[in-house]
Amino acid sequence: MRSDGFFKTAVIVGTIAWMALFAFVPNVLVFLASFGSASPENFIEPGFSLHNYARLMDRSHLEIMLSSLKLSGLVTLVCLLTAYPFAAILARARQPWRSYMLVLVVIPFWTNSLVRTYAMTAMLNTSGIINSVLLGLGIVKEPLAMMYTPGAVVLGLAYTLLPFMILPLYTALERLDRRYVEASRDLGATPIKTFWRVVVPLTMPGIVSGCMLVFLPGIGMFYVSDVLGGAKAMLLGNFIRDQFLTTRDWPLGAAASVTLTALMGVMLVLYWKSSSRLNAGSQA
Amino acid sequence: MMRWVRRLYVGLIYLFLYLPLAVMVVYSFNASRFSMAWKGATLDWYVKLLGNTGLMQAAAHSLLIAMVSATISSLLGTFIAMALHRWRFPSRKVIHTSLFVMMMSPDIVIGISLLVLFMAMSLPLGFWTLLMAHVTLCVPFVAITVHSRLLGFDRHVVEAARDLGAGEYEVFRHVVLPMVFPAVLAGWFMSFTLSIDDVIISFFTTGPTFEVLPLRIYSMVRLGLKPEVNALCAIMILVTAAAVFLSQRLLKEKP
Repeated sequence: MRSDGFFKTAVIVGTIAWMALFAFVPNVLVFLASFGSASPENFIEPGFSLHNYARLMDRSHLEIMLSSLKLSGLVTLVCLLTAYPFAAILARARQPWRSYMLVLVVIPFWTNSLVRTYAMTAMLNTSGIINSVLLGLGIVKEPLAMMYTPGAVVLGLAYTLLPFMILPLYTALERLDRRYVEASRDLGATPIKTFWRVVVPLTMPGIVSGCMLVFLPGIGMFYVSDVLGGAKAMLLGNFIRDQFLTTRDWPLGAAASVTLTALMGVMLVLYWKSSSRLNAGSQA
Repeated sequence: MMRWVRRLYVGLIYLFLYLPLAVMVVYSFNASRFSMAWKGATLDWYVKLLGNTGLMQAAAHSLLIAMVSATISSLLGTFIAMALHRWRFPSRKVIHTSLFVMMMSPDIVIGISLLVLFMAMSLPLGFWTLLMAHVTLCVPFVAITVHSRLLGFDRHVVEAARDLGAGEYEVFRHVVLPMVFPAVLAGWFMSFTLSIDDVIISFFTTGPTFEVLPLRIYSMVRLGLKPEVNALCAIMILVTAAAVFLSQRLLKEKP
């Protein structure tokens, strides 16, 4: 029986130790770094001041943050509005079609997003497909300059992140009990009212997790704005990367990263609230 | 009428998802180097790819790190899932929540926090730091997948094994592991793709001594369109599609 206890203890201690070292400590270090100041020798001079957070509120930094949030919010909205009807159709498709359709969503989900961003450049280039078609049909005389615009970044982010919105929505809609919808209709609610008062609340966890999976990477995926936006559209991700690798102002980058983490925390709380409300409802 | 609207809509979404990929695959066979005009089919770019030793080495590095980190993550993730499922211990709830938070964390947050950790430990950036970073990225996915499969099983099976005299290790080796094995394998494939696809975390946690494929592609892509990159991307799309098919098959098998 001694080896029995040994195995159990080893697994539990290993789990706690691994989580502490790779999940807990790194985030605590970043958190502490955000209160320090930059030093040329050790990257970070420990300290305790809100100086870096105050600097984040500078006009130029605030502008980057707000424009990044706006951009990512727009991408999230576009993805949500296009993915919801699609996921609803998918969830009600007949087998075996549904499985095939689902695999066709999962493949881009797992395909390297850098590869997919790059594929978008072949579409948007001055000599790309869209311009060739438009020129060929005589719709435009000059090739449109679509690359290196904020619009290209929005399109690229929406393109790479759309599957991340579809899949959680699909899971939520597939689980949706059709009888609730029928009951609502039988009791005289219009389709629109049924949608807003029954379907949307029941699929809220899927909506929130889909929005999270699009919104948060939409702030951080610096390579999309590098490849498609040139220097014109800067995401918070580009800003954080530059602080760590170019400007070498780690504390400022750490403060920006803590802000991003806090944003994630708010969204996670929203998610848990929406799903626990559902669970409480089904038990009552 | 409604049926056709629905079909059209679904078709448009798939067109949006696949047209850029299809264009890239087709143009990876285009003989023309500088324009998008079609100048006949060729395999030149694939041959050139094989001759590019730097690129091939980066690809080999990526495969190595993906296989090693997927294997380590599958093992670690399975142990963590088992610990969460089987035993009550302090910090169990915190760990369960942290795994979810790690899965949701933006890559850039994980990347810089690990960079700060490695700098604090004064580890030189390279193979080992990249390996640890990818394991950190993948473990939560494996642990959650395996854990949710464990939740689907009857607890009595484990209790019966214990009553019949099996030790904790025997229970793990002969009861739990065979039951969750499809989930572990699916987790392996998931980790493999996560690792080989990652750009952001690798960007912060590897050094010039150990270059990986996505970073190499990143530096090439920033310089504009190149037919060799098309060929390379086409191969990566195919590999991903194959991995998806395999892991879907494994998850579909019911216990």
